[in-house]
Amino acid sequence: MDRKHADDGAVSIGKQIEEWRTYLRRSRAITDKDAAELEDHLREQIASLGAQGLSGDEAFLVAVKRMGAIDDLTREFAREHSDRLWKQLVLSGDRQGGAESGAAQGSRKAWVALALAVAAAVAIKVPALFGINFGPDIARSRTFYGLNIAFFTLPFIAAYFAWERPLSRSSRLWLAAIFGLAAAAVNAFPFSSPEPSHTQVLTFIHLPIALWLAVGVAYVGGRWRGSERRMDFVRFTGELFIYYALIALGGVVLIGLTFTLFRSIGINVEAQVHGWVMPCGIAGATVIATWLVEAKQSVIENMAPVLTRIFAPLFALVLLTFLVTMVWTGRGIDVEREILIAFDLLLVVVFGLLLYTVSARDALAPPGLLDWIHLTLVGTALVVDVVALWAIGARISDFGFTPNRVAALGENVVLLVNLAGSAVLYARFLQRRAPFSRLLEWQTAYLYVLAGWAAVVAFLFPLLFGFR
Amino acid sequence: MHALPMSINKDLVAASSTPLVLAILAEGDSYGYAILKRVRELSGGELQWTDGMLYPVLHRLERSGLIESRWENAESGRRRKYYRITKAGREQLNDERRQWRTVDQALEKIWTAMAESASSSGSPTTLPQGA
Repeated sequence: MDRKHADDGAVSIGKQIEEWRTYLRRSRAITDKDAAELEDHLREQIASLGAQGLSGDEAFLVAVKRMGAIDDLTREFAREHSDRLWKQLVLSGDRQGGAESGAAQGSRKAWVALALAVAAAVAIKVPALFGINFGPDIARSRTFYGLNIAFFTLPFIAAYFAWERPLSRSSRLWLAAIFGLAAAAVNAFPFSSPEPSHTQVLTFIHLPIALWLAVGVAYVGGRWRGSERRMDFVRFTGELFIYYALIALGGVVLIGLTFTLFRSIGINVEAQVHGWVMPCGIAGATVIATWLVEAKQSVIENMAPVLTRIFAPLFALVLLTFLVTMVWTGRGIDVEREILIAFDLLLVVVFGLLLYTVSARDALAPPGLLDWIHLTLVGTALVVDVVALWAIGARISDFGFTPNRVAALGENVVLLVNLAGSAVLYARFLQRRAPFSRLLEWQTAYLYVLAGWAAVVAFLFPLLFGFR
Repeated sequence: MHALPMSINKDLVAASSTPLVLAILAEGDSYGYAILKRVRELSGGELQWTDGMLYPVLHRLERSGLIESRWENAESGRRRKYYRITKAGREQLNDERRQWRTVDQALEKIWTAMAESASSSGSPTTLPQGA
């Protein structure tokens, strides 16, 4: 009996030490080895206090107290090891295992990412064997790569996650089937003219959005249920976008310098750059950006929420000013043919701002000033869009229902519904009548609607409109 | 001067940490917990470090090449990080010893002078007495 009691105590102390260590490891300045060193100290202290007659729990508490507040400790470590904060950007792998296994795992991930990036770069050049060369000015290449660019990039990102995450066999097969069927379908579509038709361009734009959801399934390791997992995917998407944009900027500088350097010795490398460097870079960079986002995930604060924090108030201000000016001057919206697209873009931006605001907000924090700003942003965007829809609605039948207009109108409605729902939930949260997590659930559940609509436009519109 | 138990000024603790750690390691290789225990013994418990703060000090000394470390299996079966003083560390220790001795001698002289002048002038007011 006594023996069993003592064992229970030992187990719970072990657990407490484990927790303490986990807490310690949250700081980037403390490596696994440092934590091991400190833990050795803690255990010895506990043993010594135990020998003096303290019980396990008491000894643990005293030992932790003597060790010092973790915040002070991590600050001291950070001061001594400030370099670590940056080194870990790329190098740190999974921290669960020991230091060595974490590093080994990290480097294995890097190699797999590199291999997949090379595979993507090779894949995008395979059509060249069949006479389809990458280049924006060749009509055949434009239509081919427009349709297929998603298949040269997204499956490789999905493959990285399928390798990295514990994804079930059936999920892997499903993913492969989805990509395969989608590729077969859009390439079988009899888009006729050499120049891309309207429905074809719509497919170009919407296909990657629809397929992005399949990447999401791989990202969450098949466990798609639960809004937190889906929100993680949203966060990942934002970071990937930013990393990709940064890599692309670097790529532009690289290409510009390449041209200049070779021109200085009288050699024109345009064909090589357009035919090889650009397509391979575009495809390979997607996997590299994916790996970078994953590798640095826990290290620095995500950029997308920081950007939204800067821009949400600015957009709110612009929209408010716009509304006031419109009312003050009594000017109506000048209804041009493609005005809908401008308002779609506005809604996309507001939707993105709201999504990344929600993604970064602590769901348990009480309402604050920023929340009111966000609600203002959504509210004004809704009003502006409804005014625009009102103006357009009266004349849309005059213009005729082209595929572009139907798609634009559908997008507007889809986003309008989302923002209206968000506004209601946000307002209820501000009145403290609903928890913030409701808004989070609404936003993440809506990903299905977005992907579903994109799939409809990508796959059904060409059929509905006879591939015009 | 305070009626509190003596607590040594933070800056002084920080300044003395280098020579203390180096001197303890000059006695023989050791590890964090044992070093702290030795510090406590030497100061009769007056020199109180927050345990965790020793490690950034050790890492700083290691980075400056005054000590070096290795991982060994302790008798408890855990991995333990042992530190050893280097040649540069011994030189630094000698240097520190000279510096501290100079400071100590200077202070000692002034304490003695103060005590003498206090007793010769017989003024009762200048030196407040601690409890």
